[in-house]
Amino acid sequence: MTDLPRIVITGVGLTSPNGDSLGEFRSNLLAGVSGVEPYEIRHFGPTVAGICHFDPLRHQKRKEVRRGTRAGSVAVWCANEALADAGIELEGRDRSRIGIYTGTTEHGNVETENEIHSVSEYDFDLRYWSHHHNPRTVSNNPAGEVTLNLGITGPAYALGGACAAGNLGLIHGAEQLQLGRIDLALAGGVSESIHTFGIFASFHAQGALATHADPTQASRPFDKGRNGIVVSEGGCLYTLERLEDAQARGARIYGELLGYYVNSDAADFVLPNAAGQNACMRGALEHAGIGPEDVDILSTHATSTPSGDVVECGAVREVFGDSTATHVNNTKSFIGHCMGAAGALELAGNLPSFDDATVHPTINVDELDPDCELRNLVLNEPRKIERVDTIMNMSFGMLGINSAVIVRRVP
Amino acid sequence: MTDEEIVLAIKDIIATIAPDEELEGLTLEERLRDQIDLDSMDFLDIVMELRKLYGVQVPEEDYKELASLQSTVEYLRPHLAEKTLHCAAPQA
Repeated sequence: MTDLPRIVITGVGLTSPNGDSLGEFRSNLLAGVSGVEPYEIRHFGPTVAGICHFDPLRHQKRKEVRRGTRAGSVAVWCANEALADAGIELEGRDRSRIGIYTGTTEHGNVETENEIHSVSEYDFDLRYWSHHHNPRTVSNNPAGEVTLNLGITGPAYALGGACAAGNLGLIHGAEQLQLGRIDLALAGGVSESIHTFGIFASFHAQGALATHADPTQASRPFDKGRNGIVVSEGGCLYTLERLEDAQARGARIYGELLGYYVNSDAADFVLPNAAGQNACMRGALEHAGIGPEDVDILSTHATSTPSGDVVECGAVREVFGDSTATHVNNTKSFIGHCMGAAGALELAGNLPSFDDATVHPTINVDELDPDCELRNLVLNEPRKIERVDTIMNMSFGMLGINSAVIVRRVP
Repeated sequence: MTDEEIVLAIKDIIATIAPDEELEGLTLEERLRDQIDLDSMDFLDIVMELRKLYGVQVPEEDYKELASLQSTVEYLRPHLAEKTLHCAAPQA
């Protein structure tokens, strides 16, 4: 990477089940506040989910909300908030040099289910099928809604990568900046997945959907009593810039995207694979030019499924087992699994550690599963450490996709 | 439905489709598009709502008849004569 421009994060816009700004999100991660609630969805019935509570009308007209999708509103919110956070005014900027890259696990299921429900009330007469179906379900819908909302004319599209997608937006945005195709990226991930009953039903059929009498305790990675995933919605978009551009405008810099890696297990449709995850972590370290002992915080993907967490912990142990400096945490215990937004949100929640040298914990661990024991796994309470310079964020997804990004403090 | 009720029915549909628009001062004669922000997708929505609420099928060649409130009333009058007004959005 030595000859390529260095890429930095200069703004964060997010909505998560426990916060609609980085400040609120971080406070709740340090205070142990969950964003998981009781939830009910058509056909599936009562369950739990991570629900976002941002006000779409802050950045959209009512008609935009009505015509668009939930993921579109999430993306528009995140893009506007990220630009404001970065102190970037679009007025006077060349908007054709801004790229928008949204990682998504899936998009279109929500809108398709809604249309099928709608025509079912008219005896499946397809004359009642909405002309909005196609523009709502195309993969570039969330990114495209941002272009319409902000008048951005640069490249704007989705990166589909199952639950590893949140890192993909970042990685792709960084590469486009390094290639000189754009001058500013709005990159990360979005998800509206709690609005499709199909995702709940499918995880349930797979025996991988969380249940718990107390919704705030349903997502409990590494705990012996964990029983599955909490499905959540959310979004996080970063403003990414080349370091020299950011410095030239005196931007606040959250950190530098030092390295990353994406690979595939080629092993199973749904089961995680320690060898693939191991290779992904090592690939990211090599790309960043650092060793495991240089990583201060490892943000795990762990989704609170009985088998997935064990596999991941095995892979982490292999790569980081000798590193006494590395602290390990998890964000899904607070917010559930934000699908395409998960990776981007989970990285964001850790970025303030550069300033406060505190590692947010993973919560809801009443009895640690011995198979999930890791050195410096930060349980239930935040841990103050000497200094945080480097964070590694991991996201894995179905069909065996793995992604990792490494972000380093910029002095 | 009377002509006045047809106007109410149309305004009610528009209120759902174009929730940011002020419909109070709409005139009967002027083109709707010249008075409020409506695009072709919105007109498709109007056609869909007429279908759903009143069972009226507006063929594509007749879309032009929906240009103003007055032309819409005239076009819909025979179709809605026997129908009852029911509003989706609460009336102001």
